[in-house]
Amino acid sequence: MTVRRVMGIETEYGISVPGHPNVNPMVSSSQIVNAYGQHALRGSRHTAHWDYEVESPLRDARGFDMSRAEADPSQLTDDIGMANVILTNGSRLYVDHAHPELSTPEVTNPRDAVLWDRAGVEIMRRAMSLAAAIPQANPVLLYKNNTDNKGASYGCHENYLMRRATPFADIVRYLTPFFITRQVFTGAGRLGVGQDGRRAAFQLSQRADFFEVEVGLETTLKRPIINTRDEPHADPERFRRLHVIVGDANLSDTATYLKMGTTAIVLAMIEEGFLRGHDWATLRPVTEMHAVSHDVALTHAMRMADGRRCTALQVQWEILERAEVFCARSDHADRDEETTRVLTAWRDTLDALERDPLELADQLDWVAKFVLMDGFVRRDGLSWDSPRLQLIDLQYADIRTDKGLAARLEQRGRMRRMFTDAEVAHAVENPPEDTRAYFRGECMRRYPDAIAAASWDSVVFDVPGRESLLRVPTLEPLRGTREHVGSLLDASPDVTTLIGRLSETGSR
Amino acid sequence: MPQRENAEQRRVERESPSDEETTASAQAAPTALDDDVDAILDEIDSVLEENAEDFVKSFVQKGGQ
Repeated sequence: MTVRRVMGIETEYGISVPGHPNVNPMVSSSQIVNAYGQHALRGSRHTAHWDYEVESPLRDARGFDMSRAEADPSQLTDDIGMANVILTNGSRLYVDHAHPELSTPEVTNPRDAVLWDRAGVEIMRRAMSLAAAIPQANPVLLYKNNTDNKGASYGCHENYLMRRATPFADIVRYLTPFFITRQVFTGAGRLGVGQDGRRAAFQLSQRADFFEVEVGLETTLKRPIINTRDEPHADPERFRRLHVIVGDANLSDTATYLKMGTTAIVLAMIEEGFLRGHDWATLRPVTEMHAVSHDVALTHAMRMADGRRCTALQVQWEILERAEVFCARSDHADRDEETTRVLTAWRDTLDALERDPLELADQLDWVAKFVLMDGFVRRDGLSWDSPRLQLIDLQYADIRTDKGLAARLEQRGRMRRMFTDAEVAHAVENPPEDTRAYFRGECMRRYPDAIAAASWDSVVFDVPGRESLLRVPTLEPLRGTREHVGSLLDASPDVTTLIGRLSETGSR
Repeated sequence: MPQRENAEQRRVERESPSDEETTASAQAAPTALDDDVDAILDEIDSVLEENAEDFVKSFVQKGGQ
């Protein structure tokens, strides 16, 4: 039993050009992506394209395909015209739905997910500066949040590789109450209730009010708590990729760490059937998701299907206690340090939330944001519908280090960090070493001119002297690691040598 | 928590409060903010964008995923 599994985070950033409200956001987003792409691939004669060969955004985990004619245009993500860069750290930086988006490389544990997510923020920061340096370009600002408080939302999605054999009904049954209640620590905080934020009250989550159904394929409309999109980017017989769309984009490392770590443990319990016989189903999941988010006092009693009334914290305690039993079982000798760390952080967080949430002002986004707003209300007598408080909500997520409030709190030592600037800078350039992202990122770094395209599960080479492109599939997320291909890459000063050696060994 | 008074007033004004909103009636204990908070608020004050209302109004996004 472990928190280790293949995972990743994709974040759509809010984008604005102050003073120029009518600028086309797709154009601004492209400027951001292209500015970074030109910088990152300096010296390269062309930009590698995204390889869409096996991308199927309309595949449904319940087992059927939606026809393209049936789909809303916003659901089609395999649109070739958009700016799209594959980076040396294995990330993908691109334009999606009028937002610049960064998908982290595949990592194997929650700690690495935090590190490469932070590297993503740093990449966006650099992209912002690079785009601003272009003559006559209007400076573009980026925000790591999930709503404009006027009715629009954009996502921060988590991805977890799961065993295909796990019944989807179990995933729905156990993950739904977990997602509803994990908001008490994953929430990024929001001033405004309702999709357009019409009621000026503070709530835990940026995203909660945008969820309208329990299960579904959509991500842009009628958003479901459990998303059934099923593109494993791996052997579909053995794996599914769980695409989680309910989460907030977190600025706090602790919040991201808890979000990824606790979810990974719950998935492990679901895969092992360890939660059978337990039931945290609520009568009205969508309503409860909103209610939990709206309840800053953490006292809302949800109506459970079994007749109980439970707070979100109670449900979290019960799930954590199962997780502790699960991880303590003797047949799980593979329990690692990271799993222990997640369990401890989970327990400490629930303890503090129960005692006094404000203790977590240096660890959780919603608490940090609430404390700032509450401070202004008390000190300056601001009312909760004050534009100044709305600005705090927005500027908290501004990713500039001098202007962003989360960044300022970090600099002041009022928000805990898990990594040093040097560690983050290293992750900006380098891929994780224990997934196929290593092969992808290293190929981008070593042979930029010879990569025609790449994707999660392929690298396409344009080998000098060869007429056709050569597609190397990377369908196994845990192959292509440093251990697996490091010496092969080291022994291949150029791509011709690499391809020669690859065909000799048959390995990839 | 303090904004509750505010939120509660608004709740009363609504014609038909939904179930989710009527449950949050418990008062959270007021908490003392520590000494550093004043200094933090001053710092935040100094970096906040000018014209809060306009700035917030002009932040309009297209929906995403």
